Amino acid sequence: MFFTISLYTALTIFAIGLLYKGSTWFRYGFDPALKEFSPTRRVYAAIRGIFLTLFSPKILTLFKVFVLEVVLQKRILKESRLRWWMHQLIYGGFILLLLMHALDKVVTASFFKEYYPTLNPFLFLRNLFGGMILFGVGLAVYRRFLIKSPRLQNSPMDVYAIFILVFIIISGFLLEGIKITSYTRYQEMVKEYAGIDDEKALKSLEMVWVKEYGMVSHKLKEPFEEEALIKGRVINESCLSCHSRPQWAFLGFGASRVMTPIAPGLDRAGLPNLLWHLHFLACFVGLAYLPFSKMIHILTGPLSLLANAVMDQRTSDPANWVTKQMIELDACTHCGACTQRCAVGIVYEAMPNRNILPSEKMASLKSLTAGENITPQDTRRIQEGLCLCTNCLRCTGVCPVGINLHELWVSAREALLQKGYPEPLILSPLSLYRGLMRPGLESGQYQKPIAWSQEALSIEFNKGSQGEMILKPHRDYTLKTRLHQAVQSQTFSFCYNCKTCTNACPVMDVYDKPQEALGLLPHQIMQGLSWGLTDLVMRSRMLWVCLGCYRCQEQCPQGVQITDVFYQLKNLAIKQVKSRLNAG
Amino acid sequence: MKDFALFRCCPTAVFLKQYETSTEAVLRKLGVSFSDIREFSCCGYPLKNFDFKAYLLASARNHALAEKNGSPILTFCNCCFNSLKQARHHLNRDEVLREEINKTLGKEGLGYEQGVEVKHLFEVLLEDIGLEHIRARVIKTFKGLKIATHYGCHLLRPSQIVCFDKAMNPSKFDQLVEVTGAESIPWRLKLECCGSPLLGIDDDLSLDLTRKKILDAAQSGADHLCSACVYCQIQFDRVQERLISDRSFHPLPSILYTQLLGLSLGISEEDLGINLNALDLSGMVAFLS
Repeated sequence: MFFTISLYTALTIFAIGLLYKGSTWFRYGFDPALKEFSPTRRVYAAIRGIFLTLFSPKILTLFKVFVLEVVLQKRILKESRLRWWMHQLIYGGFILLLLMHALDKVVTASFFKEYYPTLNPFLFLRNLFGGMILFGVGLAVYRRFLIKSPRLQNSPMDVYAIFILVFIIISGFLLEGIKITSYTRYQEMVKEYAGIDDEKALKSLEMVWVKEYGMVSHKLKEPFEEEALIKGRVINESCLSCHSRPQWAFLGFGASRVMTPIAPGLDRAGLPNLLWHLHFLACFVGLAYLPFSKMIHILTGPLSLLANAVMDQRTSDPANWVTKQMIELDACTHCGACTQRCAVGIVYEAMPNRNILPSEKMASLKSLTAGENITPQDTRRIQEGLCLCTNCLRCTGVCPVGINLHELWVSAREALLQKGYPEPLILSPLSLYRGLMRPGLESGQYQKPIAWSQEALSIEFNKGSQGEMILKPHRDYTLKTRLHQAVQSQTFSFCYNCKTCTNACPVMDVYDKPQEALGLLPHQIMQGLSWGLTDLVMRSRMLWVCLGCYRCQEQCPQGVQITDVFYQLKNLAIKQVKSRLNAG
Repeated sequence: MKDFALFRCCPTAVFLKQYETSTEAVLRKLGVSFSDIREFSCCGYPLKNFDFKAYLLASARNHALAEKNGSPILTFCNCCFNSLKQARHHLNRDEVLREEINKTLGKEGLGYEQGVEVKHLFEVLLEDIGLEHIRARVIKTFKGLKIATHYGCHLLRPSQIVCFDKAMNPSKFDQLVEVTGAESIPWRLKLECCGSPLLGIDDDLSLDLTRKKILDAAQSGADHLCSACVYCQIQFDRVQERLISDRSFHPLPSILYTQLLGLSLGISEEDLGINLNALDLSGMVAFLS
């Protein structure tokens, strides 16, 4: 009764969870695409897409990917042997236990007519598979918590997943162990199967089980007479057809040996029954929780691998592309492979924003697409993380479930940039990718974020209304100390205004009236710094159109490190703007 | 010869795969041994604009990895070359900074001591292999091909740090071009910026600079541009493609130096990824003999 109710409850939650998850793949998305494609349109596109793929040569690709990447996990092997063993042990052990043990009445019994869970090789195999999982989990714990991989973060999700799995397996072994020692269980079996009434015969049988099968009897104590044991072994012959020696269950038997001294007490306290309930409950909790945990990757991982093998952004239906991206977000197991390979992951150490790390960005994108209420500050941080990407594609290359992370960044970045939060980082060469992808964006959508960021800078350093220049009443001579030692930015004070820098600057040639277009010219910026007019300098457009070509610096007769001073000024300006923006 | 750690520039993965493959093909042909350090990160170039510390960290991390591996870095991108060299320059002169950086790198078991030698592909070709050796390997030469050689800013400046060639009057790249039989023509804007650093920020300005350079090269009689830097080549190839919509503009396709040299070393067009270039380079082959 208890078993049935909890099983069906778990199955119901599991099914509802799965349906709910599945529905989010068609309901969620990044902003522009979300408005463009209705869920119905996306469901229809998905069915059509699957149908067309299954009846095309692409089916061969799917088959190949299924074998190599889903079953054999080629991608994980390429990345790390340790992780491959870890995953293969857990996943192999899990699938085999599920089929052979959890679904034994359906699967195992249909293959083996003589099947009893207490019979070898099932007894041994169950322990082997369980042991594989435990060993795999051990490797997972070792990887996550003992070897400190740089910037690998642990989320509660990772801990729950490991915890439930371990709980199921350990409770299983303890249950097996206590059953081996249990006198009550022994009595039940004798009553049910032995069919012996003779007191003496029963006693000899009990002696054999105490001596050789690990059962703990409160009535009989060793040593036993050899004669009685021989007799008992003869009677036991009939038990052997459906009960192998429990030693084969090497882990369960090991657990039973540990429990021996207190076994009678545990038995009387009803522990076998309690553990039985706990073991099943843990399995059912795991089942019910699966659609909401990272374990959903059992389903979404293969889906992501298969979808990415046959889909191409240029040819696939854009509605399907959005749906695929939403499945990808659920396929992420937070394994951290992307973060370990990220070209700019190290920047996290200088700018502690978790969203710089790809694996953490994934979590933020989940909340973002789910339409959760994210504060402007957090939105800005996600945006910063998304902009801080050099488009090296390594994250996408190493993802074990084949997620096209880079395309996710591009979609999310564009969606966020349109929200109107200024992002000074896009005034750096990190925008190269955006610039190159410009033909695919409409011109307003492309230009607006740049304009907003420029505006944020001009507001920061030009507190007066448009066009009018208000200088701070006092001069800022602290700048010299705020500039970085390493680049000798302080050299600006050597400037004697010969204008060689300005004459050398390639940007000057582009404008008829450079001063009008650029605010201050390079030599004027150096002069301004000497006068302590920091705000005047910071607001000049010249800083933001500096190419960093080092012509000025190369030609300066005074050895002023002009280009490096520019870089430093930009650093300071962006820092100042960012701290104001982050403060709201 | 030393075993170099090949430093692959970030944007090449999406936009310039052919620079990686053609470099590998040329290096193999010339017998240069190289390997990959998978943990390499960004050289720091784009980070310099907003956080100097982040730039140094990224650059120093690569140095530390190469140091651990005991191999000098070989890079084919000017910006990576420049950033890695500058970082080494600063770190070796500033003990406080070095300690600060090492504190962070120490978290992942790395440490920056002296940094490693950073070599541009051209330095390897000129110093480790030698022009004469390359000349001996050239099987086909370009006859009558006029090349506008584009050095790229970060290969030359700041000259006290990069020390590649004379900043105002360089000749090394020209010699490398001429080894293939092509002629490196003089042109006025040879040493100017390609415009790439402002793409995505101020496109009009960026494209103005690019247009001016291309126009000048064409007027000086060049058949093609030849570049040595990931960013410059992207600008002269993909971005130039955008300029073509303007009727009055005549394109001047750019070839990567490794592709130019590769062709005269007898490497197939396919291995050099010539077809991956946005602009048509099929005319090049006509000059080969």
